[in-house]
Amino acid sequence: MGLVLLIVIWLITFVSTYFFMAKTWWLPAGASAAAASIDHHFTVTYILMGFVFVAAQVSLGYLVWKYRDGGSSKKATYSHGNVTLEIVWTVLTTVLFVGMNLASSSIWASERFRPAGENAVHVEVTGMQFAWYFRYPGPDGKFGLTKPELEDASAGGEAALGLDANDPASKDDVVTGVMVVPVNREVEVILRAHDVIHSFYVPSMRFKQDAVPGLAIHMHFTPIQTGDYEIACAELCGLGHYKMHGMLKVVSQEEFDKWLAAREAEKQ
Amino acid sequence: MATHDFAAQASHAHEAPQGFIRKWVFSLDHKVIGLQYYFLALAAVFVGMFLSLLMRIHLIWPGAALPILGEIKPETYLTLVTMHGTIMVFFVLTTAPQGGFGNYFLPIQIGAPDMAFPVLNMLSFWTTLLGFIVMIAAFFVAGGAPLHGWTGYAPLSALQSAGPGEGLGADLWIISIAIFCIGALMGALNFITTTLDMRAKGMTMMRMPLTVWAWFVTAILGLLAFGVLLSAGILLLMDRNLGTSFFVPLGTINGQLTGHKGGSPLLWQHLFWFFGHPEVYIAILPAMGMCSQLLSVFSRKPIFGYKAMVYAILAIGFLGFMVWGHHMFMSGMSPYTAFAFSVMTMAIGVPSAIKTFNWLGTLMRGKIRFSSPMLFAIGFVSLFVSGGISGPFLAQPVLDIPLHDTYFVPGHFHLIMGVASIFGIFAATYYWFPKMFGRMMNESMARWHFWFSLIGTYAIFMPMHYLGMAGMPRRYSQMTEVAYLHDLIPLQKFITYAAFITIAGQLIFLVNLFWSMFKGPKASDNPWEATTLEWITTTPPPHDNFGGHTPVVHNGPYEYSVPGAPRDYVMQNDPEIKPAH
Repeated sequence: MGLVLLIVIWLITFVSTYFFMAKTWWLPAGASAAAASIDHHFTVTYILMGFVFVAAQVSLGYLVWKYRDGGSSKKATYSHGNVTLEIVWTVLTTVLFVGMNLASSSIWASERFRPAGENAVHVEVTGMQFAWYFRYPGPDGKFGLTKPELEDASAGGEAALGLDANDPASKDDVVTGVMVVPVNREVEVILRAHDVIHSFYVPSMRFKQDAVPGLAIHMHFTPIQTGDYEIACAELCGLGHYKMHGMLKVVSQEEFDKWLAAREAEKQ
Repeated sequence: MATHDFAAQASHAHEAPQGFIRKWVFSLDHKVIGLQYYFLALAAVFVGMFLSLLMRIHLIWPGAALPILGEIKPETYLTLVTMHGTIMVFFVLTTAPQGGFGNYFLPIQIGAPDMAFPVLNMLSFWTTLLGFIVMIAAFFVAGGAPLHGWTGYAPLSALQSAGPGEGLGADLWIISIAIFCIGALMGALNFITTTLDMRAKGMTMMRMPLTVWAWFVTAILGLLAFGVLLSAGILLLMDRNLGTSFFVPLGTINGQLTGHKGGSPLLWQHLFWFFGHPEVYIAILPAMGMCSQLLSVFSRKPIFGYKAMVYAILAIGFLGFMVWGHHMFMSGMSPYTAFAFSVMTMAIGVPSAIKTFNWLGTLMRGKIRFSSPMLFAIGFVSLFVSGGISGPFLAQPVLDIPLHDTYFVPGHFHLIMGVASIFGIFAATYYWFPKMFGRMMNESMARWHFWFSLIGTYAIFMPMHYLGMAGMPRRYSQMTEVAYLHDLIPLQKFITYAAFITIAGQLIFLVNLFWSMFKGPKASDNPWEATTLEWITTTPPPHDNFGGHTPVVHNGPYEYSVPGAPRDYVMQNDPEIKPAH
């Protein structure tokens, strides 16, 4: 029985580890400025914890086989433990766990403590059951007023957001169903939700943040590669959660300007 | 501290009841109440498991028409998710280890004739049962059971129009949990009082088995956590039915104003997780205690570092109240707060690691007997390690950016809080069954059950980590709408097939349990040659546990292979040993 346990525990360990090492399923390719450092820290954590995982499982399998009751008259060793060892592994795990955490704090700080820079493109992202809307402030750089009592989800577009046409700042606001941003420029995202909590999740951008009713949450990311990227909702929001899907298009600055100008023209 | 109070104990030595109703239904006997909790959890776990089976079927065959139930709709899938999680967390993982085994064995292990408050004990069981009935009733009301997940995030859970099941079904869900909280609070008071006041002479705190320590600290966690959940649940009911706005801000749903303003969705999350994180330890601590106990018994060796184990349990209990924010890194909570919670969370990994080291240390130089309880205890250690090492990923806010709310999270918590705890329950069942029912369970069925469960649960939950890394969000009823998820369908299929096989393996357990109850070979008083007090009394124990006398304790709980002793174990009530070393 000891040998079977050893084999099964080791096999489970090695098969599980193989699929991690082979990266058969892995993080999607990163396309934002932060992706490299986040992925690097993921890999560091993965190597350290992978080592702990394999070491603990291999020892477990070995110990149950090695110290099985083989029917000999030899007794088990009478020992209540070892205080020095307890202190050693307490200190080691504290250093490992807290150290890992501190090592990642600078990435977290640049993602969340620091606000977006002056030059950032501003996009307001609004979640509602079960769609994403994107709003650009237009040439005046100001978002117009929105009012909950004006919201009409079935009408879509500006009406879905409840844009107040009487506010001068709302005249040039552009509302779309696809998010378009220029490459290599920071994007400041202002996240809102109308009804329940949604979560704006763009795997390739290493971006995730809940959109919470009543809050306007300011976040930022910098896409570094053009292309189309999928947006998914990551917070349970109701029966259509699985289809609350959107697209992020990262284009060159010229294309972006042209696209935005065309939307402005449509509006007039 | 008074460890032996004859006056107090005399008042608890109630007469053995005669009629069936007083003996088996409205019983004051902690052993009967323990069994009642156990069978409630057993019923609940099969309901919960059946729901998960339907979830797995729907995920890979979304349009399939099932016999009787018909086609599962996306909203029904979310109902299954919600009820599976709720039933498993409350009525299985909280009920079986603490209410079941704790009730039955805590008084016996400390040498007491019963719990401190037998009537309160009976009330806490019947309250819990009522909670379960109300929970199940949610399936049968108009609109069905709620779809807001076991975490019940507001405003989804606070607005009747947020989706199907958010009407009466959601009210019943909240009421059920509130009732459960009341039962759990009464139980917690009883456990704490019993442990502090009812210990036999010589049973000092540092001679208590680690199971007792685990139940004791779990009860303290319950006392502090369930009160908060109860309050939160009442506020949520008021938001839903009385027009208050604790959790709902100004907003609309389906283009209609909700009529609320000024509430905070994050307030619900803080209150819920203030309960929710300690709840993880409420589920796992008793399993840790049982596992420590069994590794020592079946290695024929004292537990490695008894004091360190006690301090680790206390540290986990204490730190467990300071880490709830790690569920909220992506919620909009201040990123500075997130950083603080992250440091605390990494710190709580330390006592867990100490326990793992000590378990391995206990096995080392032992003389291991592979009886079925031991197999599950070894399985527990393996699962605890596997579920534990994914913790430091999720504890770091930076890594939560890719991993939060993906399958990595259910992969993590199922291994450590779900299956590891369940392995603790299985280990305890195989270990204490002879004492509870006077018969032995069938060993070869137990082994088959072990292999199905160990390999099966790894096959189910390890791939969930891969899905999570690849970006598969949780609680998606279908993978058809988001293009990058299409590639992950084969892995989901694998998980479903693994679930079929694992669930089939659980039927072996069910058959073994009921077959052995009536047909198993008769058990002796101490079949495992263990040292704690439940093994000095008859099998099954008499109404007052020790047949009219109170044991006096002279030894620690894990005196195995003591040099110079006549047997390889020394009972806790044997004359005090003076080991020569």
